[in-house]
Amino acid sequence: MCAASSSVAGRDGLAVLDAEEVRRALTRIAHEILERTHGGGQVILLGIPTRGVPLARRLAARIGEFEGLEVPCGSLDVTMHRDDLRLRPARALGRTDLPMGGVDGKTIVLVDDVLYSGRTVRAALDALTDLGRPKAVQLAVLVDRGHRELPIRADYVGKNLPTSQREVVRVLLSEVDGQDVVLIGEDGRKP
Amino acid sequence: MKRHLISAADLSRADALLILDTAEELASLADRPIKKLPTLRGRTVVNLFFEDSTRTRISFEAAAKRLSADVINFSAKGSSVGKGESLKDTALTLEAMGSDAVVIRHSASGAAHRLAGWVQGSVVNAGDGTHEHPTQALLDAFTIRRRLKGNGTRGAGLDGIRVTIVGDVLHSRVARSNVLLLSTLGAEVTLAAPPTLLPLAVENWPCSVSYDLDCELPKSDVVMMLRVQQERMTAAYFPSVREYSRRYGLDAARMGRLPDHAIVMHPGPMNRGVEIAADVADSVRSTIVEQVANGVTTRMAVLYLLLGGTEFPAVAQ
Repeated sequence: MCAASSSVAGRDGLAVLDAEEVRRALTRIAHEILERTHGGGQVILLGIPTRGVPLARRLAARIGEFEGLEVPCGSLDVTMHRDDLRLRPARALGRTDLPMGGVDGKTIVLVDDVLYSGRTVRAALDALTDLGRPKAVQLAVLVDRGHRELPIRADYVGKNLPTSQREVVRVLLSEVDGQDVVLIGEDGRKP
Repeated sequence: MKRHLISAADLSRADALLILDTAEELASLADRPIKKLPTLRGRTVVNLFFEDSTRTRISFEAAAKRLSADVINFSAKGSSVGKGESLKDTALTLEAMGSDAVVIRHSASGAAHRLAGWVQGSVVNAGDGTHEHPTQALLDAFTIRRRLKGNGTRGAGLDGIRVTIVGDVLHSRVARSNVLLLSTLGAEVTLAAPPTLLPLAVENWPCSVSYDLDCELPKSDVVMMLRVQQERMTAAYFPSVREYSRRYGLDAARMGRLPDHAIVMHPGPMNRGVEIAADVADSVRSTIVEQVANGVTTRMAVLYLLLGGTEFPAVAQ
């Protein structure tokens, strides 16, 4: 379906999605969101910091281009709801920014860069419960790398990437890192 | 961050900014339907108050409860302290009951520091004698940043902001903590007080000193009024309350000399009519009620950063 990627082996590992492929994956996800939510009328896109937030903004912009529809988007910090807080020193919080009107009765699409154990999404669901009662919650991720530890699956996936648990998947985005690329490498620091 | 919060001097600029930025994130919690986070579930915070307090104790209690910690309140009145139990024995008793953090207010300067050597958990100083009150300084810094730099400011210090702290500096733990923290954050602090109410060696503090409030007012962005602590005064520090109020009290006429954007702060409790006039305390420039609200948020940030992460190994002191 997609053209052979110009895989570059770099310092941080192998590029599995380049900027063009990231763009195409997001375009497809944007179309799928419109299709699955019957036009995206009651949809709010909530990105999970750090890299879910620019992804949510890009999806909102894409939907705006296709349908002329302004989809509200925001960010949802899950730090305070994580189950691994006690395993590391206390960390700085990300931003939680909800669009005006809150989440009650809306279809929430959570947006994150990588879906791995599913624990971040579990924390996000808890955080969301404290903010109100959405009509439905869906999940969009750029990369699903498998190895779920909880019964969670994504509704929209940019790329399914079979990995081993020793490998590290990193998503770089131009808003945060200066370039768009998805890298896979052996070991190293956690993505 | 260190393991305890005893003195504002323990905080580096990065630590202080981390606390303020965390508080900024937590501030939005007050607008939510569920004002509670599960972060400190299963942790126990003991409020150990040997001195009277309204806002600090309730503020710490609210902060701990909003983070889902269990709170045990202890006040010296009606406890075994009346039978002569020492601070150390009291602390060890509480520790044996499984406390993860102790918030202590004591009339003796250095009590929090002593306590930190005896207990395993974190110690937060909520006021020790005339020494320090670091969480008050943090909430004051947070209030100044929000008022003068806007809500939602992150990563910014207080560089170039001129703060004048007025009144009973000698007996004030709030003043000492504020001078240390605000100067760490880049503010220029001036103490304005009668010579009798300035502590010894004040010239070594990172601030300037003035005996004339009126000439400081036009160049201040923030005026912080201190309570005249009559309960700690053992000598005559000024001829009469009326004279003190004339020279160092903030009334409407003096407030008029401040720049338009300047704010008036007071750590509370206020002596209306002594250091601050009632119409000034109730004016739009006064941040006194805001300071109380910000107190809960800031203390949540402190408790989260001390208790939220991994437990400190016993050797890492």
